[in-house]
Amino acid sequence: MDGIHDLGGKQGYGRVERDVNELVFHDRWEARVFAIRMGAVTSGALANTDQFRHAIERIDPGAYLTHGYYGRWLGGIESLLVESGALTAGAIDEAFRERGGKSENLVAARPSAEPDTVDRPKVPGTSKRRLKRQPKFATGDIITTLPDGVLGHTRLPAYARGKKGKIVLFHGAWVFPDTNAHGRGENPQHLYTVSFKGKELWGADAEANIFVTIDLFESYLL
Amino acid sequence: MSELSPQALRAEAIESLLIEKGLITPELVDDVIARYNERVGPMNGARVVARAWTDPDFKSRLLEDGTAAIEEFEFEGGQVEKLVVVENKPDIHNVVVCTLCSCYPWAVLGLPPRWYKDPAYRSRIVREPRQVLREFGVVLDENVAVRVWDSSAEVRYMVLPQRPDDTGSHDREALAKIVTRDSMIGVERLLSDA
Repeated sequence: MDGIHDLGGKQGYGRVERDVNELVFHDRWEARVFAIRMGAVTSGALANTDQFRHAIERIDPGAYLTHGYYGRWLGGIESLLVESGALTAGAIDEAFRERGGKSENLVAARPSAEPDTVDRPKVPGTSKRRLKRQPKFATGDIITTLPDGVLGHTRLPAYARGKKGKIVLFHGAWVFPDTNAHGRGENPQHLYTVSFKGKELWGADAEANIFVTIDLFESYLL
Repeated sequence: MSELSPQALRAEAIESLLIEKGLITPELVDDVIARYNERVGPMNGARVVARAWTDPDFKSRLLEDGTAAIEEFEFEGGQVEKLVVVENKPDIHNVVVCTLCSCYPWAVLGLPPRWYKDPAYRSRIVREPRQVLREFGVVLDENVAVRVWDSSAEVRYMVLPQRPDDTGSHDREALAKIVTRDSMIGVERLLSDA
């Protein structure tokens, strides 16, 4: 998905702002979002991490940039709770207004009218899988990544499309996020760490002697 | 009038509905806060680093298979199905990011700081790592290669920082105290840059 979340290499976000005395949770509501996530798992609304990540990618892009990490989580989880029928949008809005929420407040959640049916992991708690098929590539191989984006969830960042890189690590087989996020099955694939030179990614403007390594699934590689 | 942000109000609203349905309990929030303040945090990764600095055999096991090597510490807190530990050396500096979301090795570092999850860091560190590191106070010579690890799958990365020279007499516990979260993300060096 060519969404707001795919931030690698984008410009204009300014300096990295740090707070040296930062608390683990800045406010109680941030921890509340953790609890809500657990409720979403219990209810079956949140089946797997890939589906959750995609739900976050689908929130309102303005909210993505302004609501913070836990605001993004909240938006993603709310979408899933509504899509699964665990809660209704009407009930959430009503409880929000009862607490002083305003109708003009930007809501991050963007529940889809026809949600995907998403499966829970076949092996709970892990996405590592066994695969009889031999890996297509080996450490040291030079590969080229796919040139195009896809409509749904993917873990090939846009800045690494159509680029040449070298395989530096092999990780065995893992659940494939692109299908698992949409209820189209786990389809385990071999996973590699691919190293890209700065100039390959960013051209002549690249800083000297930099490398970016990205974990990429076999079907992203040519 | 409420002083809470709209997100805080919305979180309360959804939490109350889930409690009504019996899907969570009101106590869960305090459990979460205790867990990530007291048990799951960078103090865990610091113990791993201090051990690697003082036990060459452990260090080679850690670099060979991080997941297996940290098992003996019995850390709680998910997000690490596979841990890869990358070592800083005089000619290689490593730094970790997740450009697509905010993947982070929770079991060894706890929850990520806000800047790690914000667009500025995620967008810039893969494109101009030297400049971003400079803003963090890490000034690297051009002959030091910078390797940025974009955690785009379920593999999690932690940096093994270089041990400061003046710590020869420190025991493991004292060493763990000087290992910072930022040094294990790779945006700080524990050595002086002089």
